[in-house]
Amino acid sequence: MLSRTADNLYWLARYMERADFLARAIQASRRLAALPKAYGGDETEWESVLLSSGAALSFDASGRPVDEANVIEFLTFAPENPGSIRNCLEQARANARAVRTALTIEMWESINDAYLEMRALESRGVVPCAQELARFLEVIKQTSLTYDGGAYRTMLRNDAYWFSRVGLFIERADNTARLLDVKYHVLLPEKEIVGGSLDYFQWSAILRAVSAHTAYHWVYRTSMKPWLVADLLILRPEMPRSLISCYESIVRNLDNLARAHGRQGSSQRHARGVYGKLEKLNMESVFQGGLHEFVQSFISENNRLAALISEQYLF
Amino acid sequence: MDSRITQFDELAGADGRTRAPYRKLSQWLAETPPELLASRREQAELLFRRIGITFAVYGAQEATERLIPFDILPRILARSEWATLEKGLIQRVTALNAFLADIYGAGEILRAGIVPADLVYRNPAYCPDMAGRRVPFDIYVHIAGVDIVRTDDQGFFVLEDNARTPSGVSYMLENREVMMRLFPELFALHRVAPIENYPDELLGTLRSVAPPRANGDPTVVLMTPGQYNSAFYEHSFLADKLGVELVEGRDLFVRDDVVYMRTTEGPRRVDVIYRRIDDDFLDPLCFRPDSALGVAGLMGAYQAGNVTLANAVGAGAADDKAMYTYMPDIIKFYLGEAPLLQNVPTFRCREQEALAYVLDHLDELVVKEVNGSGGYGMLVGPHATRAQIEEFRAKLKAHPQNFIAQPTLALSTCPIAMASGVAPRHVDLRPFVLQGANGARVVPGGLTRVAMTEKSLVVNSSQGGGTKDTWVIDDAWSAEEAMGQA
Repeated sequence: MLSRTADNLYWLARYMERADFLARAIQASRRLAALPKAYGGDETEWESVLLSSGAALSFDASGRPVDEANVIEFLTFAPENPGSIRNCLEQARANARAVRTALTIEMWESINDAYLEMRALESRGVVPCAQELARFLEVIKQTSLTYDGGAYRTMLRNDAYWFSRVGLFIERADNTARLLDVKYHVLLPEKEIVGGSLDYFQWSAILRAVSAHTAYHWVYRTSMKPWLVADLLILRPEMPRSLISCYESIVRNLDNLARAHGRQGSSQRHARGVYGKLEKLNMESVFQGGLHEFVQSFISENNRLAALISEQYLF
Repeated sequence: MDSRITQFDELAGADGRTRAPYRKLSQWLAETPPELLASRREQAELLFRRIGITFAVYGAQEATERLIPFDILPRILARSEWATLEKGLIQRVTALNAFLADIYGAGEILRAGIVPADLVYRNPAYCPDMAGRRVPFDIYVHIAGVDIVRTDDQGFFVLEDNARTPSGVSYMLENREVMMRLFPELFALHRVAPIENYPDELLGTLRSVAPPRANGDPTVVLMTPGQYNSAFYEHSFLADKLGVELVEGRDLFVRDDVVYMRTTEGPRRVDVIYRRIDDDFLDPLCFRPDSALGVAGLMGAYQAGNVTLANAVGAGAADDKAMYTYMPDIIKFYLGEAPLLQNVPTFRCREQEALAYVLDHLDELVVKEVNGSGGYGMLVGPHATRAQIEEFRAKLKAHPQNFIAQPTLALSTCPIAMASGVAPRHVDLRPFVLQGANGARVVPGGLTRVAMTEKSLVVNSSQGGGTKDTWVIDDAWSAEEAMGQA
């Protein structure tokens, strides 16, 4: 397959996954910020959303005050924020258009439909009201489901599929890790207070952002404990957004590529290394070494993998 | 052939009696409530928008992706009409090809004094680098789009030959798919000749002209200028249907006169390039040095015979509007046959006498730039303002050799379905002719372009023209009836 096509597919998957994560993170934060102060509802929540979505610097540069309306607008519709949902969607569509031949019609239509809907909303030239915004976020989530489902159900299992999956899981791992990084202070074990905690709603917001709120209860069958929230997002293989689950998928898809191309390379070795470390890890040692330090080092290992893939497959 | 003859409607005929090919459609239209037509029109628009069939219009900032208006009523040709057309098209393209092989080879037609040598050698589309070289199987025009019009039910006229990179075939194919989804009942009524085999025929044509060292299993690619090109949708559509890689210049490189594409598995050899990019942009070493769209060294590989380009470099020398006027002579010279399709009578403004006539009759004629295309740079006399006419008069006097003029044709009309009802509009037809080492062929039909505004004669999509599905149907009515209609 053309290297440019592979590159396009890889980034297309990343943009779609990022748009989905942003939509979920915004929804979870809105819920949290709407709570009374005593329950953790706080304007600082919007700062942490900016941080976990990697948009804090460009937001600062815009000089706007940090409040709910500004942050949501910036993350959703702002053309000047390169990582806004609208820009992710626009980029995704541009990539999809360039590689139409590598996508199935279902995948293209799901992206194109969402794009047309966004254009219709934008073309009115007024700031969308809260209800329209909520609807738009739902559309984005729905789009990532139909896109992903379309890929899963209709794509040939060849390098186009594998590159696209690798992109998705690298982005997903990055998103989960950033979320953990911003919220690590509320997940430390010593923060636990018997008989309920102010941080309870923070934990549940984290889980909602990765749509794991119900999953938590099925896995642990106990009330919310911060270290278990961290465990779920890092080490539980059955949780589809955990770091270990992402890496299990990355290793599998990279192996498929290596088999098809008849060559194992540095990206396969690196991915296996990261996965192996996660498999041997337990939460005690993570907390001992420092959750923050662990997440930081994971993010840089994940970036390193992205660079190795580019190198190996001539992007 | 003057503008006073009565307008010919392909449904109503000259005498107002419904013509045989349209009889069933006409009856169906009479029985169909207008609301149904309206709802099908909406569905069609939705389908096109969802599939993403768009067309970029140069200069229209706010609408960089626009839908080409689609009309839901089919344009219908009888198989007997098509048979004449098909023979004429193949004859014409065969002659175009022989002409190109000659002007890049022995130049017999020039020495015979049939076509003036300066018209060939000073033509900007003539490529001196190709002189004295042979192309694989001597085929220059692998894909041709020949623009056809009619003014009565006697015959067809050729308006223009396109031997460079004719576009529009994706609309021909998609229009049919959309029509089959919208009007299954109409397809059940008519026996419509299929066109869905076009991509297979195209691939067969491209594979047939591969260099011998491809050993019967050539790698074919489609080369696009990129996603900002107005026809990008068509490029990606065709690559998909052909099952070949859609490449840009940056995906290709040349080493030791061999073309490779960059793939995730390393370089892969390329044998045939169906290029949808103009000669000038193919190779910055040979043509425009500022072209970022091309591939350095591509011409070297081509001339070494290691890769086939379709269409051949320099094929444009046969299709400009000045050469067009010589086509009847060209056909006679190479094939020894009378042309089956007529040319529209054309004044060559480079000739003194013709120029004088044209200048005197600007308000009746259509004046076209010899190298213009897409409906740009043309004057439609009867619809032009005084100022436009004077502007063209000045241009004509300054550079008469750059222009030709034709009588304003009473192009035939076909019914279209609009919000306000069914009404006739002017149409033309672009069939696509394929020519490979395995022979020449045309799929039955083509792209019907329609001027959506009343009385307008300009059908180009860049000027707001629309398209229709084109049906070739079996002559199911009795032989006498067909005779009676003719």
